[in-house]
Amino acid sequence: MTYIAKPKFHHPGLKKNELGYTHRDYEGKISTLCAGCGHDSITASIIEACYELSIEPHRVAKISGIGCSSKTPDYFLGNSHGFNTVHGRMPSVLTGANLANRDLIYLGVSGDGDSASIGFGQFAHSIRRGVNMTYIVENNGVYGLTKGQFSATADRGSKSKKGVTNTDNAIDLVAIALQLGATFVARSFSGDKTQLVPLIAAAIGHKGASFIDVISPCIAFNNHAGSTKSFDYVREHNDAVNRLDVLVGRDPIAVDYAPGTVQMVEQHDGSRIALRKIDADYDPHDRLGAQTFLARHAAKGQIVTGLLYVDPDAEDLHAHLDTVETPLNTLEADTLCPGSAALDKFNASLR
Amino acid sequence: MKPTDIAAPDYFHKVVDCQWACPAHTPVPEYIRLIAQGRYSDAYMINWKSNVFPGILGRTCDRPCEPACRRGRVEETPVAICRLKRVAADFKDDIKHRLPHPTAKNGKRVAFVGGGPASLTVARDLAPLGYHCTVFDGDPQAGGMMRTQIPKFRLPNSVIDEETGYILDLGVDFKGGHRIESMKALLAEKYDAIFVGSGAPRGRELDIPGRKEAASHVHIGIDWLSSVSFGHTDKIGKRVIVLGGGNTAMDCCRTARRLGGEDVKVVVRSGFEEMKASPWEKEDALHEDIPILNFLVPVSFVHDNGKLTGITFQKVKAEYDAKGRRNLVPSGEPDQTIECDDVLVAVGQENAFPWIEQDCGIEFDKWHMPKVDPKTFVSTNPKVFFGGDAAFGPKNIIWAVAQGHDAALSIHKLLSGEDITERPLPEVHVSSQKMGIHEWSYDNDISNDKRYKVPHRDKVIALKDIRTEVELGYDVKLALGEAERCLNCDVQTVFSTSLCIECDACVDICPMDCITFTDNGEEDDLRHRLKAPSPHPDQDLYVSSDLKTGRVMVKDEDVCLHCGLCAERCPTGAWDMQKYLINMTHAGSKCPTKSRSAA
Repeated sequence: MTYIAKPKFHHPGLKKNELGYTHRDYEGKISTLCAGCGHDSITASIIEACYELSIEPHRVAKISGIGCSSKTPDYFLGNSHGFNTVHGRMPSVLTGANLANRDLIYLGVSGDGDSASIGFGQFAHSIRRGVNMTYIVENNGVYGLTKGQFSATADRGSKSKKGVTNTDNAIDLVAIALQLGATFVARSFSGDKTQLVPLIAAAIGHKGASFIDVISPCIAFNNHAGSTKSFDYVREHNDAVNRLDVLVGRDPIAVDYAPGTVQMVEQHDGSRIALRKIDADYDPHDRLGAQTFLARHAAKGQIVTGLLYVDPDAEDLHAHLDTVETPLNTLEADTLCPGSAALDKFNASLR
Repeated sequence: MKPTDIAAPDYFHKVVDCQWACPAHTPVPEYIRLIAQGRYSDAYMINWKSNVFPGILGRTCDRPCEPACRRGRVEETPVAICRLKRVAADFKDDIKHRLPHPTAKNGKRVAFVGGGPASLTVARDLAPLGYHCTVFDGDPQAGGMMRTQIPKFRLPNSVIDEETGYILDLGVDFKGGHRIESMKALLAEKYDAIFVGSGAPRGRELDIPGRKEAASHVHIGIDWLSSVSFGHTDKIGKRVIVLGGGNTAMDCCRTARRLGGEDVKVVVRSGFEEMKASPWEKEDALHEDIPILNFLVPVSFVHDNGKLTGITFQKVKAEYDAKGRRNLVPSGEPDQTIECDDVLVAVGQENAFPWIEQDCGIEFDKWHMPKVDPKTFVSTNPKVFFGGDAAFGPKNIIWAVAQGHDAALSIHKLLSGEDITERPLPEVHVSSQKMGIHEWSYDNDISNDKRYKVPHRDKVIALKDIRTEVELGYDVKLALGEAERCLNCDVQTVFSTSLCIECDACVDICPMDCITFTDNGEEDDLRHRLKAPSPHPDQDLYVSSDLKTGRVMVKDEDVCLHCGLCAERCPTGAWDMQKYLINMTHAGSKCPTKSRSAA
């Protein structure tokens, strides 16, 4: 852990976004995680994505559970709203917050323990309901805070730092998210920000349940030979199906793509995703195809990354419930209460 | 790009911008840290070894280090390096016992012409090695221009006495009041070597109409300052014009203010911004109610039957030609006459060697300057060396010191029967500063403080007495605050490719976005692909060899704060903070050892 505060000075030539902020303005406190933790790179990626999207920090609510990953909201967006919930309860708190105030951008930050074990049910239901959120799992396959036991996402056959082989089957959160109807599903790697930053940006722009599984090596307990979540292993087995750029505003689309290799996806917030195919056969609009593709590649020991599924016309929970456009928490009593005359009329209709 | 060779002594030296810019290469961050620790004597000794006159330079140096200071690229102002040097001198204990002791003489005799900073530096380096050093000076006391040309309100005699004394006490024979009038005669005295450090003693003339007629009230700046210094001159007219825009002009006008000048003006040909004077000296003059009028070229001295009444100036403006060179052309406005009682001409200094006969084996170039080797400082006579202003024209004290060190090394090698062109490499030490998991032997917490102002004496009191020092110097508290602003650029970020696992932790934590992991390329290309802009191509890129992913680590040294967070957040110790200390080769330095290999 670093004892000093990160110096306030920044590079004098740093670019500013539309709001006049540099990426440094999206930072939080200095990280207390172990040196080299993959989670810090995800933190940096969230900072970069929010900076690039020129998001006003006060429009973001970052909600997390318990664990190394769930500590990270302290390290980014120091001027945003935050809620550090009970273990595994991030999804329900986020759902509640989202129902109360649909105007905020919801970032759910969780880990493999928080989402695949104690909060597995919560995870499932928030996805199933289509809560408008960006749900990021910082997935390192171990319980780092309790010194490196296997988590539910550790691959069967992978080895712990002490050499013990995992005999349990792994939960693939991406596969579950696809099955439960998430309308934006991606996987990435903390060691590959060029892939991760646009994915986060695109997920924030998506209206509906966005889920990103980010493999994030645990330097202290899961970065050894025999681990399937180490830097080396992920780099060797990373099978990226596509790369993307998020285009915001009226910026002209970069034209340096070979024709036919780029697919444009329009999002609800007006942003566009330029999707560059790497695997020509992969179609990110085919939920079933994605599921079989994932299963086939997982069997070969490959880690499929990229934007795996997106439904640009998705609807969210508010659409399903047909709530008003005005955030519920700003509705005053005179709007909510129709008065006794209306009540009498209503009661009479039931008689 | 090729991987950076950090073992080359210059690579990390350049990163220590202040030290690299200093002609004497004083280890600035090292002594600033000692000041912060209250170890003033230690800080003083580091300076004394390197620049010989810490107390004098701490008041008068032209500070090439400060414009170079990295802090000036990170925020508005550099660290007040010069005035911190004075702190070391002001608060040190008695350091006499730490100075070299006069040793048994080795029988070799070296003569010095002039007792200024260059000669004294050479004598300081040679005397402890056993050379018999004899310094001749026309003035009764040692110090040269430091004593005669710098006003006492900037540099008190006590400081000059102390620091020249340290050198003379090494057994140096000082012959004051003994001006060398003939090089031939000196050569005939069979010294083993002669060092000429006679400065640039002649003030440049301003030959315009009326100069001769008005001569009694037109004074050459440096001569007048010298005359004031020795007490021969103690007053001046009420209305004074100082011609010239250099530091001598600033000394002249401020001195005039103290000798009865009530309406003192500085008039310069150029624009205010292009004046040669250091910005802080201009500031000090303005503070003493001395206006600086620019774009005025003196045309004639106006006099009334030989009594000066003023100067007529032509008004000019600056025009730039296609190559960006500036020309001063008449603006077309009518000439302006400014009334005055006295004029001080401070338009430059020149060298003069009327005392060196043509058949001494010392050749001169077409500018009447001796032909001197810029590395060894030897003249065309192998026994005669030049240094300081006498060698390459007027510069500042710190240059004289730097050249003195080099000349001393040459003389020592010559008299040891060695080849003087073989210059031993400096000795370099590089050592890790790691004390604990996240603890360093230096304070890596970056101070956000702005530059502290040096307290000045009240103007009314300061202007009353020419011997009252204007600057009071930092007190201990201010000095600590200022010292904390130093970024410790000598504590280097050292990268080990083999340990790096490319986790990006250093990239994410670096407050200045200095570090990028990317594909290798040519320098121009790489500079455009860095995480932050790279506006200073003179600042090096630190490039690693190929990493596991085939990429390289590129660090732009430009605005690195040396906060060590890259090393703190690195899980494998691929980054380490290592202190780089370079000892410049002086006369008598031991041969360089293998330790010069940096990492």
